[in-house]
Amino acid sequence: MAEKTLMKGNEALAEAAIRAGCKCFFGYPITPQTEISAYLSKRMPKVGGVFLQAESEVAAINMVYGCAGSGIRCMTSSSSPGISLKTEGISYIAGSDLPCVIINVQRGGPGLGGIQPSQADYWQVTHALGHGDFHAIVFAPASVQEMVDTVTKAFDLADEYRMPAVILADGLLGQMMEPVTFEDTEIKMSDASNKPWAACGHGNKRKHNIINSLYLKPDQLEDNVRARFERYEEIKAKHTEAISDYCEDADTVVVAYGSTARLAKSAVEAARKEGIKVGIVRPVTLWPYPAKEIAEACKNAKNVLCVEMSMGQMVDDVKIAINCSKPVEFYGRTGGIIPKPAEILAKIREMGGKN
Amino acid sequence: MTNEILLAGFGGQGILFMGKMLAYFGLYENKEVSWLPSYGPEMRGGTCNCSVCISDDPIGSPLVDAPNTLIVMNTPSYDKFINTVVPGGTVLIDSSLVEAKTDRTDINVYYVPATALANENDMKGMANIILLGKLLKETNITSMETVKKAMEKVIPPKKAHLIEANIKAIELGMQQ
Amino acid sequence: MPEFKRPHALADVTTHYCPGCTHGIVHRLVAEVIDEMGIEGDTIGVCPVGCSVMAYDYFECDMLEASHGRAPAVATGIKRANPDKFVFTYQGDGDLAAIGTAEIVHAATRGENITVIFINNTTYGMTGGQMAPTTLPGQITQTTPYGRNPDVEGFPVRVCEMLSTLSGVALAQRVTVIDPKNINIAKKAIRKGFEFQKNKQGFSIIEVLSTCPTNWGKTPIEALDRVRTEMIPYYPLGVFKEGAIR
Repeated sequence: MAEKTLMKGNEALAEAAIRAGCKCFFGYPITPQTEISAYLSKRMPKVGGVFLQAESEVAAINMVYGCAGSGIRCMTSSSSPGISLKTEGISYIAGSDLPCVIINVQRGGPGLGGIQPSQADYWQVTHALGHGDFHAIVFAPASVQEMVDTVTKAFDLADEYRMPAVILADGLLGQMMEPVTFEDTEIKMSDASNKPWAACGHGNKRKHNIINSLYLKPDQLEDNVRARFERYEEIKAKHTEAISDYCEDADTVVVAYGSTARLAKSAVEAARKEGIKVGIVRPVTLWPYPAKEIAEACKNAKNVLCVEMSMGQMVDDVKIAINCSKPVEFYGRTGGIIPKPAEILAKIREMGGKN
Repeated sequence: MTNEILLAGFGGQGILFMGKMLAYFGLYENKEVSWLPSYGPEMRGGTCNCSVCISDDPIGSPLVDAPNTLIVMNTPSYDKFINTVVPGGTVLIDSSLVEAKTDRTDINVYYVPATALANENDMKGMANIILLGKLLKETNITSMETVKKAMEKVIPPKKAHLIEANIKAIELGMQQ
Repeated sequence: MPEFKRPHALADVTTHYCPGCTHGIVHRLVAEVIDEMGIEGDTIGVCPVGCSVMAYDYFECDMLEASHGRAPAVATGIKRANPDKFVFTYQGDGDLAAIGTAEIVHAATRGENITVIFINNTTYGMTGGQMAPTTLPGQITQTTPYGRNPDVEGFPVRVCEMLSTLSGVALAQRVTVIDPKNINIAKKAIRKGFEFQKNKQGFSIIEVLSTCPTNWGKTPIEALDRVRTEMIPYYPLGVFKEGAIR
């Protein structure tokens, strides 16, 4: 087995990208994701890859657009304000059916906000990652090892469905070190060989490929959008993920994702020791959203608690998931304050057994 | 059982390095570990702290706000964290830099003039390691063998000559 | 005497350009250069937002459509991933010199091995003739109905002069296509740009002073005259920088 080593989430994620065959990285410095750029600036030249610090977030995402359009695996990363700048490019990437991976190591907002961990970009990533009708696949890992494991999955699904995939982390996951292992695989940079649609030079062997999101005829645009949403249905059916624990007999079920889920799980386990029947369900994919999985986890519960590092951006999705069949309460901290397990436990105690 | 460790001082004192060493101690003892730094502009010369968790079980919160173990290397950190230590916890204070003495009697406090010791023994910049040695002595957190293994992992090969100096600093700390 | 025919790299389709517009000539020159260098299969073009937004249908090489102003960043992404391919952008003045200023300056200063074809017609053509960053002082447009007043709207940008100060630039040349002599000069400049790219010798930009009879409210002949009498005095033709950077 490969050696277990301690790595920061940001650095582990960067290494995982290289091992997933990501040949090019285009980024721009912003706290708390900067270690991703710093790590790749060191590693990429040594493995035959490309690292380029762009002049802006806007330029970086458009470099991704060009690179992805030529059929090469590529990635960009940023933190909240930088992702806002990228949203124009992400919309074009989605509209042109290009695969890429985008990392958001979230910090507090709005505006410049702060630089401490936050989950205040949930609405943006799940509902408004750019103009127009589209989705990105969104993963919300909860540990450094899971960040590593998610990267390859994100690239593979992005390629399979020709769409952007986002790994939604936060300053906590990005900055912390945990033990990680990487599978011993040979590093092999991606090429365009399995992407017949790529604009990489037709070599006089085929008609020209066009990467484009412009359809001036409304019926053509609608056909294009509808076809994309048919693919989304397949993704929903095959790739929705959630993990639930202790839910079978739970009176209260906690719903939390990403780093908040691990904080909430500590609280749930502490509550169980006190005899409170509480469980936890963690959406692993935020789009597609695991509504069925959440409904199943909550089926025997009397009430539901949503915990986030935001003002409760996920609450409505939880209510929809359970069809508003039981009360959904919320506990959260914002502005870069990490909720303490003890605070969550207090809320669970307050709700435990309450109908 | 989770050992929740908080390390705090000024940027440049090797707070994060000390945390990394502790995390590797845990890793090599086959425990679950996490390491979380404070980050941001305050890193440059300002106060700096680092949470390390070492546990038999998967770690929920990597953020330590009620430490079992606290090591402080400056007065602002002492003032901020001394009352957050759980009863029965262990506190190591670099008494060369922190003049205050705590009134708390429910914790085990060790005053170590680590910075002075480092300067006197040609170990400039290794006050953090001396404190780590003291922690080893007082808490049996790991073995000397594991310390050496962690040193070899954390110190890059081109600075291998520092491993011996660090071991000496650990030993000096253990004599306190 | 060689037969006059459509270059292979220029698609056999009807373009949407207005009568008297010089986009068609410039498209043809780019396609001729691609043909003559035998690089159609290795060339990837990036088109802008503006009148040439649908140029992806007019070139037979692989094409990408960029968002407004970002073509140099898109081209950078393609070129860094495929350093042995030829990459060109085709951009108008609003795209390149207003919304895309950061991208063009930084692609140029990085010395990206790409070739930029820059169409300067002193107006936003596609949206109906608003003020461009290159609109001349006094020029009436939809959004400068009293004429561009430098005290209010500032001064026009001379792109080639500006970029020629950057160390990454191998070629910055301004040309026009208003008569056969100038068309020949323009073609040679485009060829030079692609040659610099072939030898990985730095960034090249060929600015083409072009016409927009529709939005200028002129006949095609009057439009050609305006380039000569009004534009060239403000935007002198010539080479502003030439030489391999690496």
